[in-house]
Amino acid sequence: MTTELETIPDATIDEQDQAPQLVGLMAEYKDVDSAVQAARVVRDRGFKVWDLHSPFPIHGIDKAMGLRATYLPWIVLIGGLFGMASGIALQVWTMSIDYPFLASGKPLNSFPAWVPIIFELTILCSSLAAVAGMLLLNRLPMLYNPLFNKPRFRRVTDDRFFIVIGADDEKFDEIETMRLLESTGALLVDKVED
Amino acid sequence: MSAITPNYGYLRGSREIDNTVDTPGHRAALVLGNKTFHDVTEAIANVAERPTTNGWRVGFALSLALLGMLGVTLTYLVSTGIGVWGNNQPVAWAFGIINFVFWVGIGHAGTLISAILFLFRQNWRTSINRFAEAMTIFAVMCAGLFPLIHVGRPWLAYWLFPIPNQMSMWPQFRSPLLWDVFAVSTYATVSILFWYCGMIPDLATLRDRAKSKLGQALYGIFSLGWTGSSRHWVRYERMYLLLAALATPLVLSVHSVVAFDFAVSQLPGWHTTIFPPYFVAGAVFGGFAMVLCLAIPARAYLGLRDFITMRHLENMAKIMLATGLIVGYAYATEFWTAWYSKDHYEQSLFLFRLTGPYAWAVWTMLFCNVVAPQFLWIKRIRTNAWTLWLVALFANIGMWFERFVIIVTSLNRDFLPSSWHIYWPTWVDICMLAGSFGLFFTCFMLFLRFLPVVAIAEVKAVMPQAHAHGGHDGAKPSKEDHSDYWPEEGLSYAQHKAGQKK
Repeated sequence: MTTELETIPDATIDEQDQAPQLVGLMAEYKDVDSAVQAARVVRDRGFKVWDLHSPFPIHGIDKAMGLRATYLPWIVLIGGLFGMASGIALQVWTMSIDYPFLASGKPLNSFPAWVPIIFELTILCSSLAAVAGMLLLNRLPMLYNPLFNKPRFRRVTDDRFFIVIGADDEKFDEIETMRLLESTGALLVDKVED
Repeated sequence: MSAITPNYGYLRGSREIDNTVDTPGHRAALVLGNKTFHDVTEAIANVAERPTTNGWRVGFALSLALLGMLGVTLTYLVSTGIGVWGNNQPVAWAFGIINFVFWVGIGHAGTLISAILFLFRQNWRTSINRFAEAMTIFAVMCAGLFPLIHVGRPWLAYWLFPIPNQMSMWPQFRSPLLWDVFAVSTYATVSILFWYCGMIPDLATLRDRAKSKLGQALYGIFSLGWTGSSRHWVRYERMYLLLAALATPLVLSVHSVVAFDFAVSQLPGWHTTIFPPYFVAGAVFGGFAMVLCLAIPARAYLGLRDFITMRHLENMAKIMLATGLIVGYAYATEFWTAWYSKDHYEQSLFLFRLTGPYAWAVWTMLFCNVVAPQFLWIKRIRTNAWTLWLVALFANIGMWFERFVIIVTSLNRDFLPSSWHIYWPTWVDICMLAGSFGLFFTCFMLFLRFLPVVAIAEVKAVMPQAHAHGGHDGAKPSKEDHSDYWPEEGLSYAQHKAGQKK
């Protein structure tokens, strides 16, 4: 491959970069029923790099697409434990180790009085972990997406449903996959290019 | 589609559709007017997209004027010192803390609607949660302002946080005042996360519809490149559920901690264990009152009657009635405890409340919070937007006076008659209270103008056609799949009635 590339003049490489590359195929559906039925077909064909885009979360879509449960709750648990530990460490260290200061004859380590702040920090850190974890797992923010080149795709946040199969899926074949999508009752099947 | 929305009649003497009746075996529709998904998008996005109306301009100008007044009085206060307030010894808290507790209480309804009603699967919350969450954030902003200036030297307010400093001292973690710092800042952060994350899909809707370059860019940035991917939705929904589960104990803790500020002290009128639950109930009562005060004019003005229906208003009225009863019960308990305790100071304080120079404030509070909500037992009052708005307004006034009564009447008379001192606010106090409404309404008007005021994606998800009818994996829909999303098919309200007659 390298030798071939070296023989191509620079200009041609640029042109190749600019030429639209097929990223995937996009099928449009008009309602939840047909989109979910199509998702089951695509799932059963064993595709891996694909997705169903919808204006709202569809109930039971995880089963229809064969998605695994997210491990987001574990991230939140870690965030919560971190918050709890930092709440305990902060108060025990500042009040009874770093600057021991007797207030109203209360013990230096007045643990019951630490509880509210431990609680608040637990909630704070788990909430931040939940949001950060969701964004991270979803690879957001991602402000550019080849799908945004398609004017039709704008209706995905309105009333249309789209199944997109990625070209880098092992089972992807431009003609075959297009036929498959057409057979699922799509309104339209289109190429997504970048 | 007629099978999905029963043929509702109109409420007596109004153009309001009466969807407050329950038909057994038939779920009430959450969105009226047989809407398609596109209709929902149009109706809600239109609020942010239509040209600026004169009504909005007037409202915004008024809010901005009040905000300007806040700015002027703030400058005067900070440059002169808090002596310009009516605060004295022993009434050192006064308006600064009254307004703080008032605003933070109002903030509670937002999280209650978005988190607790979410966990209880009260799907009607979807029409009002965005609205209430925005209200929460702006109310918490107003709340945060008052303790900040009440410290006297706001440029040293960072001392409240455990930041290593040149004095090598730490804040006192045994004090409820410091718990408050953590509780309120956590509450503000989590409320903003909840509101913003809930809005991402709807910002994407506005992005995809935006005509102007600026709109495309701004909505585009804040919607983070959302594509409605189901893989994203699954994680997103899980996150939303977790945030709701986290925010539920949080919202209860915040006003409890605010109540600790009082209850942990030794002062008669404050030193009582009923304060945390009583404060939380009062906060929910006042918060729902504020939601109603804002929602009733807004839904008419923005043309969202099909989303924020009479049923929504009635549900909120019922919650107000329930929490209003808890508040009334708490007042009664306070008086009873004072009598039963045989504690001289406690008893004379409660007598002073009913008969002293602040008796008018106490009776205002009792009328607004205990008597006024009783009118909500009557369905005609509950389902009339005007009377409901009036009761909600009373509740808001009453809740402000409740904090006035708790703080001023208790502080101005402690154990030693030699230190008694009457408190009256100055014009600066009053202007700052009015100015805080300016801050609140300026933010709120901007929200109504530029952001999705109803959760578009969530409303679509609770509509009947959002459900795949084939059931899971093509199986026949089972009984447990029946939910609000999925009213029983085939019977219209009229047909149902006809069936009953047979």
